[in-house]
Amino acid sequence: MKPETRSATFLQVDQDVEAVSSFYEGVEILSIRDALEKYEWVEDYFWRAIKRDQDEYTKEVDVEDVNGYFIRTFPNVKVEFPVEACLYLKSPRKQKVHNLIIAEENSELNIISGCTSHPGVGSGMHLGISEFYVKKNAKLTFTMIHSWEHNIEVRPRSAAIVEDNGVFISNYVLMNPVKLVQMYPTAYLDGENAKAIFSSIIVALEKSVVDAGSRVVLRGKKSSAEILSRTISKGGVIYAKGHIVGDAPNTRGHLECRGLMLSDEGVIHAIPELEAKYPNVDLSHEAAIGKIAEDEIFYLMSRGLSRDEATAAIIRGFMDVEIKGLPEYLKREIDKAIDMVEKDLF
Amino acid sequence: MDMLRVVNLGVKVDGKKILEHVNLYVQKGQTYALFGPNGSGKSSLLMTLIGNPTFKVFDGRIMFKGKDITSLPTDERVKMGMGMSFQTPPKVSGVKLIDVLKYCARIGGYKEEDIYEFAEMLNMKEFLYRSVNVGFSGGEIKRSELLQLMLMNPDFVMLDEPDSGVDLENVAVIGEAINKLLERDKKEEERRRSGLIITHQGHILDYVDADYGLILYKGRVACIGNPYDILEQISKNGYEGCLRKCLREFRNLENLNNQNKNLNQK
Repeated sequence: MKPETRSATFLQVDQDVEAVSSFYEGVEILSIRDALEKYEWVEDYFWRAIKRDQDEYTKEVDVEDVNGYFIRTFPNVKVEFPVEACLYLKSPRKQKVHNLIIAEENSELNIISGCTSHPGVGSGMHLGISEFYVKKNAKLTFTMIHSWEHNIEVRPRSAAIVEDNGVFISNYVLMNPVKLVQMYPTAYLDGENAKAIFSSIIVALEKSVVDAGSRVVLRGKKSSAEILSRTISKGGVIYAKGHIVGDAPNTRGHLECRGLMLSDEGVIHAIPELEAKYPNVDLSHEAAIGKIAEDEIFYLMSRGLSRDEATAAIIRGFMDVEIKGLPEYLKREIDKAIDMVEKDLF
Repeated sequence: MDMLRVVNLGVKVDGKKILEHVNLYVQKGQTYALFGPNGSGKSSLLMTLIGNPTFKVFDGRIMFKGKDITSLPTDERVKMGMGMSFQTPPKVSGVKLIDVLKYCARIGGYKEEDIYEFAEMLNMKEFLYRSVNVGFSGGEIKRSELLQLMLMNPDFVMLDEPDSGVDLENVAVIGEAINKLLERDKKEEERRRSGLIITHQGHILDYVDADYGLILYKGRVACIGNPYDILEQISKNGYEGCLRKCLREFRNLENLNNQNKNLNQK
C-alpha cells in the first residue's frame, strides 16, 4: 500500500517488529516494548481494559517476549489517513500480541489492521490482546480484516473503554478459511453519551469454526450501542453472538444478526442477548437466518441476469452493510475482500 | 407474424391446477388487455409466460417468435425479447437499482447514459443508488418496474397492473411510457411490439389503447372482444353479468358444452 495514503504503518512478523513509521506528526506509533520503556504511564493502560487472568489465553500472552503496537493520537488531532497495522504469522508457533490504542481527547483516529499468515504455514496460533482507550469527544474507528488459513487458530481478546461523548467503531471482516476464530470484543461505555458501533461480515467456508460476538456495556448515562452482523456459512460453523447490557439510565442499544446458509453442511447459530438493569433502558434485537430467496433470484433473472449472476448479486448485496461512519477507503478495502471471496461461494 | 402462441396451457402451483386449456394468439403489433376477478389466474398467466419456476406447466406449450419456450429459463426468454413488470416485486436488499438497470440496458441495447435519461423521464433519478424496491412506495415500485422494462426494450411487453395504487399525476407519466414502449404512438402498420396488460380497473386504458380485451375466469379464457366494450360491461354488470352476456353472444362455452355432450353420447 502506498505510504501517502497512510498516516502511519506497523509490521510485526511473529514476535519481531519489522517496521514502524509515522508520516504524520499527530500520530505516535511504537512497538509496545518501546512504548513501555519510553513512557512510565503506559503501564497504567496495560491490562486495564482486559484482565490478565481473564482466561488461559490472556495468561499466555502475559509474558516477557510479548510484542505488539502502541498507537496514539495527540489531543485535538484529526488524522485523515488511516494507520495501517499488520500482524504476520510466519512460523508455525504461537504469535503473542499485546496492542494499546489511545485516542486522546477531541482526536480522531482510523486504524486498519490486517492480520494474516504466511502461505502454507504448517499450523499456528494467534493470540492478540488489544486495549482501546477513547477519551472525551474522541472517535476511534478500528477495522480488522482477517485472512488466515485452514490450520490457524485465532483468539483475539479486545476491549475498549470509552469516555464522555466518545465514539468507538469496530468493523470486522473475515472471508478466508480458518481453523478457529474465537472472540468476544467488548466496549465499556463509561462516559455520558458515549457510543459504540460494531459491524461484522463473516464468511465461514468448510471446516472453519467462527465463534464471534460483540458486547457493549452501557455504563454512562445516555450511552448507546449498535451491533450489526452479517454471516454466511458455506459449510462452516458460525456462532454469531451479541450482548448489550443497559447498566445505566437512559441508555439504548440495538442488535441485528442476519445469517445466510449456502449449503446443507455447516451451522449458523445466532445468539443475541439483551440485559437491562434500569427501567428506562431501550434495547432491541432482530435476528434472521435463511437461504437465498428463490423469488429474488427469479426477479433478477427476469432482468437478464443468469441464475449464477443473480445469486452472486444477492450474496454481495447481503454483505453490503451500510456501515456507519466508514470512510470511503475503508469501504474499498472491504469491497476488495468481498471480491476475493465471491468465487469461493459457488 | 406470430409473437406469442399459447396452446392449451395448463399450469399448477404446489400441485393445484390454476390455469387450464388456455389458448391465446398474439400477433406482432397487437396489444391485449387482460381482465378478470381476483384469483382468476391473470398474474399466474404472466408468471408462467415469463418462466417463474413456481408455476409448473403440466399441459400444452408456449411458442414465442415461433420457438417452443415452455422449458426455457427466464433469462433466456428475456434475451429473446420478453419483458415483464411485476405487480409486487420482491425487495432485494443490498442490490442497487442502478446495477439492475445496467443489466436491463444491456438486454435492450442501450448505453449506460441512457439509464439516466429514462430515469429522469420517470422521476426515478433519486432512487438509482437505493436497494431495489426496499422502502419504495406503491407508485415508486410501478415507476421503477417500468424504468427497468423500458431499458430492456422488449418486443413482447407484459404489465401486471401498472396502474394500481398510482396517483393521477403519475398514471399519465406511466401511460405515456407504456404507449412509447408498445409503439402505440406509431401508425398501426408500423407497430412491431406486442403487449399483454393486466388491468383491474382499466384506468390505464384511458392512456393506452388496447386492440383486444380478454377475460380470464377460474383459470380459463372466458371471452375475447373489444376491450372497451368489455370494460363497460364489467363496470355495469360486474364480471358475472359480463360473462353471461359474453357467453351468450359468442356462444363459445355453449358450443363447448354441446361438443362435450356429443362426445359423451358417442
